Amino acid sequence: MTEPALVQVEGLVKHYPGDRKWWGLGAPRHLVRAVDGVSFRIAAGKTLGLVGESGSGKSTVARTLLRLTEPTAGRFLLENEDVFRLDPEPLRRLRRRMQIVFQDPYGSLNPRMSVRQTLREPLEIHRLAAGPGREARVRGLLEEVGLDPALAASYPHELSGGQRQRVGIARALSVEPAFLVCDEPVSALDVSVQAQVLNLLADLQQRRRLTYLFIAHDLAVVRHIADEVAVMYFGRIVEHAPAEAVYRLPRHPYTRALLSAAPVPDPAAQPQRIVLQGDVPSPAHPPTGCPFHPRCPHPQKNERCRTERPELREVDPGGGHVAACHFAEAPMS
Amino acid sequence: MTEPVLRVRDLKTYFVTEGGGTARAVDGVSFDLYPGETLGLVGESGCGKTITSLSLLRLIPEPPGHIRPGSLIELEGRNLLTLAPRDLRAVRGNRLAMIFQEPMSSLNPVLTVGDQIAEGAIVHQGLSRRAARARAMEMLQLVGIPDPELRVDDYPHQLSGGMRQRVMIAMALVCHPQVLIADEPTTALDVTIQAQILELLDRLQRELGMAIMLITHDLGVVAGTADRVLVMYAGEVVEGASTPDLFAHPVHPYTEGLLASVPRLDRPRERLSGIPGTVPAASAWPSGCRFHPRCPHAWDRCRQEEPTLFEVGPGHTARCWLVVEPARRRGAAAP
Repeated sequence: MTEPALVQVEGLVKHYPGDRKWWGLGAPRHLVRAVDGVSFRIAAGKTLGLVGESGSGKSTVARTLLRLTEPTAGRFLLENEDVFRLDPEPLRRLRRRMQIVFQDPYGSLNPRMSVRQTLREPLEIHRLAAGPGREARVRGLLEEVGLDPALAASYPHELSGGQRQRVGIARALSVEPAFLVCDEPVSALDVSVQAQVLNLLADLQQRRRLTYLFIAHDLAVVRHIADEVAVMYFGRIVEHAPAEAVYRLPRHPYTRALLSAAPVPDPAAQPQRIVLQGDVPSPAHPPTGCPFHPRCPHPQKNERCRTERPELREVDPGGGHVAACHFAEAPMS
Repeated sequence: MTEPVLRVRDLKTYFVTEGGGTARAVDGVSFDLYPGETLGLVGESGCGKTITSLSLLRLIPEPPGHIRPGSLIELEGRNLLTLAPRDLRAVRGNRLAMIFQEPMSSLNPVLTVGDQIAEGAIVHQGLSRRAARARAMEMLQLVGIPDPELRVDDYPHQLSGGMRQRVMIAMALVCHPQVLIADEPTTALDVTIQAQILELLDRLQRELGMAIMLITHDLGVVAGTADRVLVMYAGEVVEGASTPDLFAHPVHPYTEGLLASVPRLDRPRERLSGIPGTVPAASAWPSGCRFHPRCPHAWDRCRQEEPTLFEVGPGHTARCWLVVEPARRRGAAAP
């Protein structure tokens, strides 16, 4: 992975204080390690799919990259600018280069602003296109995301979920970003509309050479858009590889279990399901050793898993496939 | 063939809208549910699947809603629509039970899970508090919650999402109902937890022999669990078939469109086809076939005449004029 990367994230950490002693007034009892040392690169024009279940830390990664919440440690280079060290003013300017599309297209649009106002606001803040040019820009954005420009006068409550998500995408694109973080952009949508929005994101990426961090819990959705896939568990990436490799031969038992648990819409091709026992561990009581060991179905699981935390390591020289499992060379079939 | 445990005929649930109009949310739904089977009810938001399930338990708020005269919901030979409130209460949660999508908002936050599970056994079976508590612990064990003697005194907020859904299932099954209505029981859950809950429902169905009506938007969940499937669109059933038949030979263009919209792990990566447009509002269903504005095959007849459910094969019905005029299908015929 030596090609120039548009996005480079190294050692990203975000800790939150847990519940506090003395009825919430004292020192925190423990730290919640929401993100605990996440690193990845994304080449220009490519998509990294970041997959995980609730509580895995994937949305915290999204929010810290945009500095919607401040990271605890780590480095994020966007086009060689060190985002985490920027002062507020240069950060505001850099926000033109990175934007986010949220999951809930209703909660992320201001209900009192028309579509036109929503799309004009970023243009005004960043002083892009003035006067009549601005209106033309709004029109162009709506057309680009497949909406009738006549909808510019509408308010969010008058739009369907799919239309709202298209407005959210148009708003993100209005400032011509290079890097787009998509945080579960289709999971609130019906399946027929989800397909439309996924196709739209793919088309926009091609047309504008956008770089995506695509966050989702649904491995099938990610497969449709991602060039590489990283799987998060308990605040860390446990597997990262080119997309085909992850789907063809997952090296981490958690990835394997996720894949087998995904419902397949074909009664004749039901997968042999690996049903994991238990829940994601509580951040208040992190397991020793490998954080996945209490739920791990790997037949060779042993004492080492309970005591020694596996680091991410290359399992396939030259193939760019890394996994954090002591038995990554002998994956579950 | 055995008698159906639940017979629904021409169910119509309408709502008065704010503007004084009528929303025909469920508009003439009929089906049979047989003992021990799982019937999947599939559709997107706004198609009427949740209103159908709420109607079965008569949980529709009246007003603004009402179930139209002429509808029939017959459970074990009794028409639920003519039961007195007292008799209806004796059925609900006893012979006919329901689990909901959001386990947190469907559980009472100020009662222990033990009390909530025990309530059904006290009300319907007259168990003493002590016996009901023991039954609650049995149920927790049955739904796979570890340490039931400790968990029985937990409050809902002390449990994870998956555990809460197990508690909901324990509550619903405490009286061993004949019919369980499961409305999106796994939609709010992570995929590994969803797999646990689906496996649990499958095991409980085999052990207790109940019929399950599974309402979901997820075709993958249906493919893995249901024996038969009904596809709903715009308040109507548009296709019904056995699960293998429906997935192998979908007839209605809406069913085809849904299947082509799902990202697949089991097929080569290709562009999804989706369905243009969105589900219309229940207060303004389109004329003729309600799917015609989004249908790639629609012709004049579809815009003017509403199709009925046509039989296309044994146990397979579809509400589409293509059944009558197959030559109208655009492009290559589906394989």
